[in-house]
Order: sequence, then structure tokens, then C-alpha cells
Amino acid sequence: MAEKLLEIKNLKQHFNVGKANEVRAVDDISFDIYRGETLGLVGESGCGKSTTGRSIIRLYDATSGDVFFEGENVHGKKSKKDLKKFNRRMQMIFQDPYASLNPRMKVMDIVAEGIDIHGLAKNQAERKKMVFDLLETVGLNKEHANRYPHEFSGGQRQRLGIARALAVDPEFIIADEPISALDVSIQAQVVNLLKELQEEKGLTYLFIAHDLSMVKYISDRIGVMYFGKLVELAPADELYRNPMHPYTQSLLSAIPLPDPDYERNRVRKSYDPASHNYTEGEDVRMREITPGHFVQCSEREFESLKTAAAHI
Amino acid sequence: MEKILQVKDLELSFNTFAGEVKAIRGVNFDLYKGETLAIVGESGSGKSVTTKSIMRLLPEHSAEFKNGEILFGGRDLTKLSDKEMQKIRGKEIAMIFQDPMTSLNPTMPIGRQLTEPLLKHQKISKAEAKKVAIDLLRLVGMPKPELRMKQYPHQFSGGQRQRIVIAISLACNPQILIADEPTTALDVTIQAQILELMKDLQKKIDTSIIFITHDLGVVANVADRVAVMYGGKIVEIGTVDEIFYNPQHPYTWGLLSSMPSLDAADEKLYAIPGTPPDLLSPPKGDAFALRSEYALQIDMEQNPPFFKVSETHYAATWLLHPDAPRVEPPATVIERMKKFPGSRYYEGSRV
Ligand SMILES: Nc1ncnc2c1ncn2[C@@H]1O[C@H](COP(=O)(O)OP(=O)(O)OP(=O)(O)O)[C@@H](O)[C@H]1O
Ligand SMILES: Nc1ncnc2c1ncn2[C@@H]1O[C@H](COP(=O)(O)OP(=O)(O)OP(=O)(O)O)[C@@H](O)[C@H]1O
Ligand SMILES: [Mg+2]
Ligand SMILES: [Mg+2]
Repeated sequence: MAEKLLEIKNLKQHFNVGKANEVRAVDDISFDIYRGETLGLVGESGCGKSTTGRSIIRLYDATSGDVFFEGENVHGKKSKKDLKKFNRRMQMIFQDPYASLNPRMKVMDIVAEGIDIHGLAKNQAERKKMVFDLLETVGLNKEHANRYPHEFSGGQRQRLGIARALAVDPEFIIADEPISALDVSIQAQVVNLLKELQEEKGLTYLFIAHDLSMVKYISDRIGVMYFGKLVELAPADELYRNPMHPYTQSLLSAIPLPDPDYERNRVRKSYDPASHNYTEGEDVRMREITPGHFVQCSEREFESLKTAAAHI
Repeated sequence: MEKILQVKDLELSFNTFAGEVKAIRGVNFDLYKGETLAIVGESGSGKSVTTKSIMRLLPEHSAEFKNGEILFGGRDLTKLSDKEMQKIRGKEIAMIFQDPMTSLNPTMPIGRQLTEPLLKHQKISKAEAKKVAIDLLRLVGMPKPELRMKQYPHQFSGGQRQRIVIAISLACNPQILIADEPTTALDVTIQAQILELMKDLQKKIDTSIIFITHDLGVVANVADRVAVMYGGKIVEIGTVDEIFYNPQHPYTWGLLSSMPSLDAADEKLYAIPGTPPDLLSPPKGDAFALRSEYALQIDMEQNPPFFKVSETHYAATWLLHPDAPRVEPPATVIERMKKFPGSRYYEGSRV
């Protein structure tokens, strides 16, 4: 699993630059995504997860920084044609299944949009067959092709979004909260589907979500964001067993469990960014504490985290 | 306890091109003063339609009350005029909608969207309203609220929009707050803050809350009682402990089995087989029977009535009939039942 599919280097995405309401939505983050893995991305609402995803597939022009896809820079100057090629290999399933499907288009045309853009079907018959196959892959059937989005339940609509993303046979999919609007049983269906597709096609996922039990279930590694920065990155089990950044600890202490007794006695840890007591200009960055486990910290914190980790 | 709202034998249909969609097929529940009633259930089971019918927010041209009443303050809400409803909506009963974008106006700065209901329902000046609005935004955890009053909805993240909607709904201290998936778009720490905020409000002004969510962890945290919906009906209702530790309906069993647990191994997740019932022609007996491995012959023929499990716990399943065969619930459910005195799997004192 060591082959890097994507390298994100010092990515910054700022909005309203220079104004009073400037937002540093993504503020200098770097990480790699390996071929065939699922990287989970979690963090506070508004911390920049969706913006990170959107910048990676270049829905926004980054304020600065680079994204390399198999070593090629996505954010370098690219011709329309080159970008189209990238678009085909990277797809995004959007956070809002209602807003992201055009209500006036039939399912056939929604799913075929990418096929049309990239000219993947030789003729109408082939286009139709491709759409039927895709619908089947996501657990729908060809009768559904003639319907409109509003005639589907939330879970079915989400699967349409997946079918549409799969249409162009991508290698990398960014799934932005693909399951949060669904009931638990349909969530299970969609997650099982994503996992099956990954095994079959060797897909790589960036999986953005709030439901930490689901993220843990689906991810190989997990990145935690806080206010535009990545604060911790580790293998999924390791992160849950041994969270090191205080924000991650606070996040994990707040996961609601389906157990009323437990909830009555829950103790939440809160996170205060001031608690780090960083001095002006202190060198705070991602450092590797144990192999594969990175934490954003100062030199001073690094030493104590390493000592603590050695005692476990 | 005082009943603040009573929903009785509610039946509601949508008249569509394809025919009559029987979305609500006989729903009964009471809401007590100061309690939180959670409604859970399958996507499409009628949770949002039930609560929108309380608010009378369904499209008039297609939605039709077929039967029943909704009693609030001695009045039947199904019979009120639009004008009378407008006085209740937002002030006495407030609602947080499932999709924040549909309740925010994309062309209006969020500051104005917050101050408008305040100016409408309370006698305060513009300057005061603005101050209250900023305080509300701060209360729901929005950083730098003063700077963001002039921004438009698209300039906020999914979760921030949801928090704006929550702030609007809290503005008038409603007697009943209906929250439809209010925290789904939020991370767990902000979610916990919002849930605490709602509980505080509840303590302060004794608000009753109807809380719709798919997240059973959130239900366990906020609910006093839980109603489980399937196919346009409530199939089980009870206290939060009764539903989580002594569930009786096979659909509730399926729901509780579909969650991944934090220490689960890497196996496939359980998903309830089959598809939701077709509400154009709902099945004759128990709507869940076709998907249930516990179905009895009678389920295919007759709709099960509510059987009483305790004073507070009712479930609509023929399995509770004295003549029904004894079945073994799924293993995860038995684990839960072991903790509940009064369940047949109880294993002594609770852990
Ligand atoms: N077009 C925009 N203009 C100005 N600010 C924006 C814009 N889009 C996003 N932002 C801001 O950037 C920050 C990050 O937003 P983003 O949508 O990436 O958050 P997120 O982590 O996906 O949150 P959520 O979990 O709530 O979806 C937020 O503060 C948001 O208000
Ligand atoms: N305007 C409408 N016209 C026709 N059918 C409708 C309309 N609104 C809702 N329905 C149908 O009524 C049923 C109940 O829908 P409702 O929105 O209450 O589901 P829900 O339980 O809230 O589901 P979810 O968890 O997905 O939000 C569904 O079958 C839905 O398709
Ligand atoms: Mg987002
Ligand atoms: Mg709903």
C-alpha cells in the first residue's frame, strides 16, 4: 500500500482575502493518499473538510500549494484538455444529495453526464447499456433510468450520486458526507457498497464524515482537522486507541453511543486551543510521534508525546 | 404529566399523478410538557410528514388530512385557518428543518433572517433584535458572529448553516420545538454543545421537543421517550430505556442491529433486507412482514394492534400476542435485553 496516488503539499484556500471577514478555510495542510486506501477526514463543522476536497479536485483554484496526482501537478498551469483528463480520474460525491442532482433531468441523463462529457460511449445503445450497468452496480435497476430525482428516497438518491461518480471509471473518489442523511440501515448498504467497489476496482477514497463510528469502520487511516489545519493523522485503529492531540481526544470523547446508560454518565473532554500556551513564532507543525502517527505539535510537546508514547 | 400536544388517529395522503400516496396511516402519540420525544425510523416512513402536518406546512394542493386530529391548547390544528396557524408557527411551535438550505433564503443576509422573526413576534427595536441575533449566533457556536451577519447562506459550511437555522428557531422561546435532523450536519463536539443548549432551553422554559434523527447515539443522549416509525405508522413507542434495552418490534431489532460499534471487527455491516413498502398500495397486514424473518402467517393478513408491554411501552407486532410462538431476537438485541430488569433475558444487576 506504499504507492502514493495523491500528494497534497502546503495547500491553502482562503476566502475574502484582505477583507475583515477573511476566512482561512484551509490553511497550509499537507498529506498523502495511498493507492487503494480509504483516508477518513473528520473535524469540526466549518473546519475546511469540504473545501479541502473541492480544492483537490480543483473546483477552486488554490490560494497556494500543490496537489500531485501520480506525480503530476493538478494545480499547475493546465490546459482545458489536461484538466478534463484529471476530472475523469478524480470524482466527488457531494455532501448534499438533494442539491447535487438536477431535478429536471431524468436519471438516465444524470448518470450519463460524465459519459457524455468524456465521450465514453460510441453510440446511444452503448450509452444506455453503460447506465443500466451502473444502476445495477449501485443496487438500483434499469426501470429507474426513466425517473426524476424527486421520485427517489434519500438513500436511493445518494446511490445515484455514486453511480454518476462511477460512470467515468475514476481511480479516486472524494465522498463528502455520503451517508449522513440516510437511515442506519441504508447507511450500512451504502458503506458495504463502497467497500465492495473498492475491492473490485481498487478504488481510492477520501471519505469525509461526522459519524466517527462509520469513519472508523471504513477508513484505513484518519486525518483530523481543526480550523483549517490538519492536527492529527494516524491509522484508524491507532487513532481511536491512542489519540494524542487534545482536539482529537475531545472529539472522541463526544461520540454518542446507542446506549442510554452510557450517555447519562458520559464525561466529555472539551478542547481549548489556548491550552497549548504556544509562544509567539513557536515552530508548530506535524511531527511523527510513532511510525505513521503524526500530530501537530511544538518541539516541546513533541518530546513529551514521544516519552508518553514510549510508555504504552 | 401535562399533555401539551395530542396526535390522534392521524391519516394523511398526497394526491399525485401516480395515485394516492398514503404517507401517514394512523399515527397516535401524546407529547408531554417538558419532555423530549425522539422519532426514529426508516427513510420515507413519515417522520417529516407527521411533524410538518403539525406545523401545517405541507403543500395544500396535494396533501389531504384523511382522518384524525392534532390537539394543541384546546384547538385542533388540522382545522385552523392559515392566519391562525401563522400566529402559532415560529412563536409557540418552532421547527428546525431537515435541509437547512430550504429554510434559509439564499438571497438574504443571515442577519436579517434572524432579526425578522424577532421583530414579528416580539415587541423590540431593530437595534435590540440585532443584539439578540448576534447573541444567538454566539450561543450556537458561530465564531465572530458580528462579522458574519451580513453574509449570505452560501458563504457558510453545511454545519454552520444548520446552526443558523437552529438559532432562528430558538429566537422566540417556543413551547414546542420540532427538530428534524438538527445535528446531522454537525461534528460530534458541536453536536454535543447544541444538544446541551436545547436541554438548557428545555429546563429554563419547559419546552417540549420532538427530535427526529437517524443517529441512535443522539437518541440515547437526548430522548425521554422514543417512537419508532415504519411505513407511515408508529410501530413501537416507549421510554428510552425500554426501546434500547427491551425492544419488541422486529423493525426496531433490525434498526439496532445495523449500527457499527466502535469495537466491531471488520465484517460486513448488517442492513435490513428488501425495500420500503409502496405507500401507493400499502401491504395488507404488518407492513414490515415481507422483510422480516420473524413474520407470522397472520402478519400477511391482519394489521397488528398495539400490544401493551408496560404502562409506557407499546408495540404493534403479532409476536406479542399470547398465542404467538416464542422467537429469539438477534444476538445484539439479546445483549441489550440482558441489561433490562423485566426483559426475559435479564441477567441480574445492571452493569
Ligand atoms: N464560498 C465561500 N466564501 C466564504 N467563505 C467560505 C466559502 N466556502 C466556505 N467558506 C468558509 O470556509 C470554512 C470551511 O468551510 P467548509 O465547507 O470547508 O467546512 P466543512 O469542514 O466542510 O464543514 P461542515 O462539516 O459543516 O460541512 C467555513 O468557515 C466556511 O464558512
Ligand atoms: N409532497 C409530496 N408528494 C408526494 N409524496 C410525498 C411528498 N412528501 C413526502 N412524500 C412521501 O411521503 C412519505 C413519507 O415521507 P417523509 O418525508 O415523512 O419521510 P421521513 O420519514 O422523514 O424520511 P427521511 O428519514 O428520509 O427524511 C415518503 O414515501 C415520501 O416519498
Ligand atoms: Mg462540509
Ligand atoms: Mg425526513
